[in-house]
Amino acid sequence: MTTSAAAAVSQGHVHRDDLGSRMGMWLFLFTELILFGGMFVAYAVYRFDHPAEFELGAKELDTLIGTINTMVLLTSSLTVAMSITAIQRGKNKLSLVLVAITILLALVFLVSKYFEWHHKFESGLYPQSPDLLNKPPGEILYFGLYFVMTGLHALHVIIGAVVLAVMMLFIQRGVINKDSYVKLEAGALYWHLVDIIWIFLFPLFYLIH
Amino acid sequence: MTTLAMPVEGTEPDFYHAATRRKGIFAWIFTTDHKRIGILYLVTILFFFFAAVTLGALMRLEMWQPEGTIMQPQTYNTFFTLHGIIMIFLFVIPVGPAVFGNFMIPLMIGAKDVFFPRLNLLSWWLYLAGGVLALISVFLPGGAADTGWTFYVPYSIRTTTNVIPALMAAFILGFSSILTGLNFITTIHRMRAPGMTWFKMPLFVWASYATAWIQTLATPIIGITLLLVAIERLFGVGIFDPALGGDPVLFQHLFWMYSHPAVYIIILPAMGVVSEIIPVFARRTIFGYKYIAYSSLAIAFVGSLVWAHHMFTVGMSNTGMFVFSFLTFLVAIPSAIKVFNWVATLYKGSIDLDVPLLFVLSFIVQFSIGGFTGLMLGALAVNIHVTDTYFVVGHFHYVMFGGTGFGIFAAMHYWFPKMFGRMYSKKPATLAWLLMTIGFNTLYLPFLILGYLGMPRRYYHYLPQFESLHRIATVGSWILVLGMIIMFANLFLALRRGAKAPANPWDGETLEWKTSSPPPLENFHEIPRVTTGPYDYSKYEQPAQEVA
Amino acid sequence: MTEHERQHGDEVHVVSYGRYVLIWLGLLGLTGATVALAGFELGRWIIFTALTIASIKGLLVLNVFMHLKFEDRVFRIFAMVAGVILLIFIVLVFFDYAFH
Repeated sequence: MTTSAAAAVSQGHVHRDDLGSRMGMWLFLFTELILFGGMFVAYAVYRFDHPAEFELGAKELDTLIGTINTMVLLTSSLTVAMSITAIQRGKNKLSLVLVAITILLALVFLVSKYFEWHHKFESGLYPQSPDLLNKPPGEILYFGLYFVMTGLHALHVIIGAVVLAVMMLFIQRGVINKDSYVKLEAGALYWHLVDIIWIFLFPLFYLIH
Repeated sequence: MTTLAMPVEGTEPDFYHAATRRKGIFAWIFTTDHKRIGILYLVTILFFFFAAVTLGALMRLEMWQPEGTIMQPQTYNTFFTLHGIIMIFLFVIPVGPAVFGNFMIPLMIGAKDVFFPRLNLLSWWLYLAGGVLALISVFLPGGAADTGWTFYVPYSIRTTTNVIPALMAAFILGFSSILTGLNFITTIHRMRAPGMTWFKMPLFVWASYATAWIQTLATPIIGITLLLVAIERLFGVGIFDPALGGDPVLFQHLFWMYSHPAVYIIILPAMGVVSEIIPVFARRTIFGYKYIAYSSLAIAFVGSLVWAHHMFTVGMSNTGMFVFSFLTFLVAIPSAIKVFNWVATLYKGSIDLDVPLLFVLSFIVQFSIGGFTGLMLGALAVNIHVTDTYFVVGHFHYVMFGGTGFGIFAAMHYWFPKMFGRMYSKKPATLAWLLMTIGFNTLYLPFLILGYLGMPRRYYHYLPQFESLHRIATVGSWILVLGMIIMFANLFLALRRGAKAPANPWDGETLEWKTSSPPPLENFHEIPRVTTGPYDYSKYEQPAQEVA
Repeated sequence: MTEHERQHGDEVHVVSYGRYVLIWLGLLGLTGATVALAGFELGRWIIFTALTIASIKGLLVLNVFMHLKFEDRVFRIFAMVAGVILLIFIVLVFFDYAFH
């Protein structure tokens, strides 16, 4: 393991250890993975116990919107990844634009999600709704998991977007630049995780046929 | 062993007196120094510990008679719930990492601080927030939660007591633990002094490393689980509620997926402390260093595979039960390896029976009893009879109190000079240890018997035939509390009146003893360069005798 | 401290825009594939195919977008540990549910 950190400290410098910073961020991402993982365990158990009803529930979801949302998030991952290349090459303005596009795509996702949920509520499908309570238990569980998992995911989209907005501020002020961009890397890593979670949520909720 | 890293006498103030940008209380509550944060944790954790001990003592008073003694049944339910929540989430889980890990890890690896000092401060603030929220939940209308610290559904969904604040408190505390975990993993990977390879690290650091992984990877599961119960209460979503198709056993699976590994968060740092103290007070290098190091990792890993042994009577499949019972037997092996190696180190060592070692000896015996009773619980046939009885309560108090508790007391007496720059009086400390060991076993040995005889746990009333054992236990609690009062009073007095401590009062070889007591703000005058292992006592070894 | 010292252990690896776009196209393609496959009557295999494709997509994001492939080996070990733990949770819980 590198000891340049310790050696530099002994010389009185404060050495920046970007790899260590990234390590901390990755560890945090694992905690998010396990956080959602708990819900995936619940999903796995309930789908195993109620396969037909999960399929029924999935029919109520709009596959097209789900697919578009997936592509939106995948594209947002692309743009934020490219923003790092841009900053590494000293193209601060380009990096700024790419992060901005990422946030824009996040907003598209959120708006789309809003309309999806709104449509569900209008159709009488929400926790404790009479229509939902009339359905078989497997379907109630399906929608329970749907709202909580996509809701928690949307919360993370919001958090990610805010984090990236802060990164934009840092780029604009030059705090993030070609020689110091680990903050942007950390923000981007968080964003990619949000994307990965959706990569799994999408087929599990929309593509049960 | 290492270049002298001590500040020249009188040049550098200790970290209590270091010049800081902020003044007064703000120099403490906004500090990013790992040692100050360790002290902050110590103060707040002790506060909660004393509260929980009081609850426990009152519970024992209540159990003096078979029919109500000093409180109502509902009160008793809130007492054991609070006692559990505080002891587990506010004492035994954080104390190892947040007090001693925070203070000692950077010192032991020859670093200036942890990798993320500000995150460290946030961890403490979160701890405080969670603790305060838990306390507030007691006084809000609706009353303190009465679900037991395990929050089992469906009762936790139905009860009108303040479950949500309690859940949120636990969630916040979990977040505090997670951040500490990832901080330590990064610190240990990236900030070891030059020359300190992985296998030259002290065993307390190895134990803390394994603990940090459990903190990081296991805690989120309970985070989401408790969040789901809160969401269930608020929105009736239907994830755990059987009336809506939910499975209460699934809650238990998710709950114990964390809460079992949590017991290894609880015990591993204490085991690490034992591994530190024994070589010093036996004047010998530890027997089987590598095995002890690996066993910490093994405990962390295998400990993640056994959670459903808390659920043998709830209706799982037979296959599930066999698998988890088998895995439970496996997890005892690395713990046993540690016990063997500790004893082997003591054997024919040059024993200095000072206070830290006394607590360690109690630890070894009491942890072993706890461990054996754990194995008994892991056996399906036995489990059916003693599940949810006082046998379980006896088991976990033996490991968590007789084990971790005494391990923490050992750590307090071992590192007190380093942390506070003072020596404590040996005689009162020894008396305290004696009273506590006698009191502890008088309290909890009867629990094992009571459980075997059929006394259920969390019961407010009991059958008259259990009365004498309950009374013996309660008397034991008095002796135990008396011992603790003497112990803490002795240490508090030593803060002001104790003799000034030298840098290395116990003649230890790990790096924290190579700087002043207490250390300066930056820990070392210059970062040490490490060339030997942490328990090199070759200077004490006699040359082999020639046989005539 | 020299530039060299800072770079040691912090190797700067720049991934080209083109490479990112290529991966992105692959991800879009896989998304299309998983949607298309859902149209077929695969019965109980649907979950297996869906998860496999999702895993490939996830691995692409992890390795290229998140640079895991270009990072220090320790990061891959960490990721595997986290993944194994999650897998263990799911597999072991099914020792209960699959045998009811």
